[in-house]
Amino acid sequence: MKASAFSYARATSVVNALELLAVHGDDAKVLSGGQSLMPAMNLRLISPELIVDIGGIAELKGIAVRDDVLTIGALTRHVDLQRSPEIATHAPLLTEAIAHVAHPAIRNKGTIGGSLAHADPASELPACMVALDATIVIRGQSGERRVPARDFFTGIYETALSPDELLTAVELPVARKNSAHFFCEFARRHGDYAIVGAAVQAIVEGDRFADLRLVFFAVGDRPVLAGAASKLINVAVTPEILSDASAALEEELDPPEDQQATPSMRRHLAKVLLSRCVATLLGRPGLAAGVSA
Amino acid sequence: MTAHVEISLDVNGERVDAHVLPRLNLADFLREHLQLTGTHVGCEHGVCGACTVRVNGDIVRSCLMLAVQADNASVETIEGLSDSGEIADLQAAFRDRNALQCGFCTPGMLMAAQDLLRQCPAPDREQIREHLSGNYCRCTGYQAIIDAVETTARARVGTKP
Repeated sequence: MKASAFSYARATSVVNALELLAVHGDDAKVLSGGQSLMPAMNLRLISPELIVDIGGIAELKGIAVRDDVLTIGALTRHVDLQRSPEIATHAPLLTEAIAHVAHPAIRNKGTIGGSLAHADPASELPACMVALDATIVIRGQSGERRVPARDFFTGIYETALSPDELLTAVELPVARKNSAHFFCEFARRHGDYAIVGAAVQAIVEGDRFADLRLVFFAVGDRPVLAGAASKLINVAVTPEILSDASAALEEELDPPEDQQATPSMRRHLAKVLLSRCVATLLGRPGLAAGVSA
Repeated sequence: MTAHVEISLDVNGERVDAHVLPRLNLADFLREHLQLTGTHVGCEHGVCGACTVRVNGDIVRSCLMLAVQADNASVETIEGLSDSGEIADLQAAFRDRNALQCGFCTPGMLMAAQDLLRQCPAPDREQIREHLSGNYCRCTGYQAIIDAVETTARARVGTKP
């Protein structure tokens, strides 16, 4: 289908965009790369009266590293993340995950800010932000506020953003010593939304995890930071301990049913990803033996 | 409320000035305003890849881009790539390998395949599959398309298949 009629305003600055949003509120939608907004409009899932195009706002673009903080502007495209040496050095989880975000033609337009503000629970970047303990930077007419990624995502397509606010950037702590990451997802076709996926950031000291942020996506209404990880931190992981963690993960997940998978299939796949993740990060392939997808 | 917007862009090397409604997507602008019907419209929500065109050198979904967003941009369609001869060898390989049947996906496939070959002159079959993963073909079963792209890549770098 075609999008229904709307008015169009090209914002010239963040201040200008915020003025437009303040006037039009819920009737307006922010257009960044358009790779989530345009499908929703073409399918008539949403019919905004005004589109505020922020695509030309230079101050929202770019990647910078300062004082152990990696700042990514909201308009940074997926392809820019994929090719960025700063991202590869300081947040390699993102470099790996981005290859699974849709397809080349979509990565050339889609932006990190757009993906996070859209907050599809099956998409990769929200989960990465929670795994990396990112801070989401939000501007409103009354000023700037910072929200931890784990509090930013509040439901299916729902976030802490108000209709009159703009997501302007994300801030990530740069990868620390002994950092390790893991990313894997199951999808019908490369680049499709995941059936189940995991984005993981860890600190590995010797043969054990000093920290383990296990985030599963497409298993709930938002990225799920698994509490089961606590069973694997600061212990010598044995098959029994992994099995305990796996049971705890199964217990805490409450995945949805849709045309792609049943809840029990999603729980099973999440457990497979947990085993693979632990085996990979600890360099012990034997731990994943006997678990297959 | 929904006034026409003036846009000016470059399409296949020619300057185009137009007045368009904001809701008009780039694919429909190319097809209906410029009669460049080589760009196909399939799913209209970014899944099938039939509408793939180049904007400022990067391939994009023209169904997921508004014509007003293409203001000041340089757009290249399958007509441009075909007429310039840029993909003549790729087109010949598609024909020789039976990499098309109904032809609906072919313009998008050619755009995506040429994009890969520009970035990665000697891709393996897995890389070809991955780069074309956003383009549906309902006729060929894909193997012949992978063959054609692989053959073209090898011919361009001067190695025998």
